Amino acid sequence: MVFGAILAGGSGTRMHISNMPKQFLPLDNKPIIIHTLEKMLMCSKIDVIYIGVNPAWLGYMSDLLERYDLDIDDKIILVQGGKNRNDTIFNIINDIEKNFGEDEDNIIVTHDAVRPFVTLRILNENIENAITYGACDTVIPAVDTIVMSKDAEQIDNIPDRAMMYQGQTPQTFKIGLLKSLYKQLKPSEKNILTDACKICVMKGAPVKLVRGNSSNIKITTISDYNIAQVIVGGKIVELEENDK
Amino acid sequence: MINYIYQLTSPQFFSVKFEDIEINKKVIVRPRYMSICHADQRYYQGNRDINVMREKLPMALIHECCGEVIMDKTGHFQPGQQVVMIPNQPARDENGVILDDEKPLIYENYRRDSKFLSSGADGFMREFVDIEPDRVIPFENIPLQTAAITEFVSVACHAYSRLNKLAHKKRDAIGIWGDGALSYVIANVLRTKMPKAKIYVIGKNQRKLSRFSFVTRAFLTYNIPKDLQIDHAIECVGGEGALDAINDMIEHTSPQGTLMLMGVSENKVAINTRLLLEKGFTMVGCSRSGRADFEAAIALMQAQRFRRRLSSIIYEDAPVKNFDDMHRAFAADLNTPFKTVFEWKV
Repeated sequence: MVFGAILAGGSGTRMHISNMPKQFLPLDNKPIIIHTLEKMLMCSKIDVIYIGVNPAWLGYMSDLLERYDLDIDDKIILVQGGKNRNDTIFNIINDIEKNFGEDEDNIIVTHDAVRPFVTLRILNENIENAITYGACDTVIPAVDTIVMSKDAEQIDNIPDRAMMYQGQTPQTFKIGLLKSLYKQLKPSEKNILTDACKICVMKGAPVKLVRGNSSNIKITTISDYNIAQVIVGGKIVELEENDK
Repeated sequence: MINYIYQLTSPQFFSVKFEDIEINKKVIVRPRYMSICHADQRYYQGNRDINVMREKLPMALIHECCGEVIMDKTGHFQPGQQVVMIPNQPARDENGVILDDEKPLIYENYRRDSKFLSSGADGFMREFVDIEPDRVIPFENIPLQTAAITEFVSVACHAYSRLNKLAHKKRDAIGIWGDGALSYVIANVLRTKMPKAKIYVIGKNQRKLSRFSFVTRAFLTYNIPKDLQIDHAIECVGGEGALDAINDMIEHTSPQGTLMLMGVSENKVAINTRLLLEKGFTMVGCSRSGRADFEAAIALMQAQRFRRRLSSIIYEDAPVKNFDDMHRAFAADLNTPFKTVFEWKV
C-alpha cells in the first residue's frame, strides 16, 4: 500500500500575523493544509493519507476536515505529531502498522503541510522511484551559489554549484527500509537529523533524486506567504517592519 | 486545491497560472492524452490577427483531450473512469442548467453565449480539469491515443449530421476537398454512415492522398476528371487553398447540391457566385461540435475498423513533462502530416 504523510506537527507562529501555526493560515480562501491535502487526494496511487498534527491542534484539524467535506474516514487519518519531523513520521508509521499490518514494501510519501504547490507529477514520480530504489527525495538544482561557513564569519568552501540541489518534499521511502536504517542510528546521530532522507544517507543507502518544481515553495516566512498569496491571486498581508 | 494551468502568454511562450479550484462541485479529470489542432498551432505560432491574440491570450491551449476521472462528488462518474471532455461550454442559468436545453433552436456550438475551451477560455493544458458532468463522456475499448482525437471525430460527426439533415436525398456521390486529417476523418465517418455512396477525395499531396485507401477514388486537384459530378461537397481545405477548392466544388457539384464549408480561412475568399446561384446550391458553414456529436463519435469508435483507420493518421510524440516538451510537441506537429498526440505527464 502507499501512504501519504502530511507533516503538520509544528506549532510555530513565527509569522506574527496570526496566533495559529502557518499550515492553518488561509491561502486565497482555504487553509494551506487543505490545499496540500486536496492535491494529495488527487493522487490515485495513494491509498490512505495520514496527517501528523500537533496535539493542541488535532481538534481544529478535525473540524477543518469536516468543514471542507474531507472527513473521509477510510482515506484520511489524523495522528499526533511528535517533537520533531522524524518523530512525527514514526508516529505515523506506528499507526500504519497498527491499522494495516507490517509490510516492508509499504510506501510512505512524506510531505510538508506548507508546500501546497506540489504537483501530481511530483507525487507520482516519488512513488515510482521509491518502489524502484527504496528511497527518493524531491530536489531542484541550486540557482544561487552555496557558500559554506563553519563559524558564520568566514567562507570555508564554495562547492561546485552544478552538484548542489535544494531539497523540497515529498521524500518517499519503503517503510521497511526507513525503519531498519533508523534503528541502526546512534542517539547522537538521531539528534543531528534534519530530515528523513538523511537517515538513508548516513547509513549509505541510495536515495534517488526526483525533479521538483521551483513553484513547490515552502511557506515558512511572511514573504513566502505573500508570494504564495500573489501566485493564487489572494490578499496580501501588510508587512510589519521586523518581518521583512 | 491549487491547480496548475499552462497558458500560452504570447506566441511560443508558455507560463503557469495558479488557480484555486473547488474539488467538490464539479468532476475533476486528470488529462491523459492530448492532440494538437490547427487552431492551437495558429495561436502557438502567432498566425492570428494581432487583435485576436491580444484579446484571447493568455490562455491554455488544446481542446482535444481524453483523461481519467480522479474525483466526482457530483456522483456521475467513478474514479479511474476514462472520459473525453467537451470543450464547448453552453451558457447556464444560476442553477447550472444549460439554457434552452430542452428544445434548442440553435446547436450549442453555434450559440453566441457558448464558450469554447482554448478559444477565449482556458483549454485542457492543465494539471487537472474541473468540468461540469454534462461536459464529460465516458468511454471504453478505445486506446487513449485514439480517444485523444474524439473531439476531432465529433466535428466530423457534426458535419455528417448536418449534411444528413440539410442535403437532398440523392446522395450517390460525395466529394471531399482536402487531403488533411479533417478530410480523412470525415471520409471515414461517411464511409461508415453511407456505405453505398461513392466518396471522392480531392487534394494536392499524392503522399497524403494515398492514405485514403477506403474511399472510391482520390484525385489530385489539377487532375479532376472534367465530367466528375457529385451530389454534395465538403470543403476541408481552409487557408489560401480554400479559394480553388470552393470554386472547384461549385463546378463539380450537381444543381441543388449542398456545399459544406469546414476549413478556416484568415482571409476573405472570392467565389463564383454566378454559378452558385445558377445551380441553386445550399451552402452550410460547419464548425465544432456538441454533446450529441461526441456521443456519436464514441459510438463509431467502438468499431475496430473505424478505429484502425483513425490510428493510421495519429503520430504519437514523446510524453510532455515540462515546458521544453510542450515546445517540442508543437514543433513536431509542424512536421507531421496528420494528427499529433502526446501523453500529458506535466
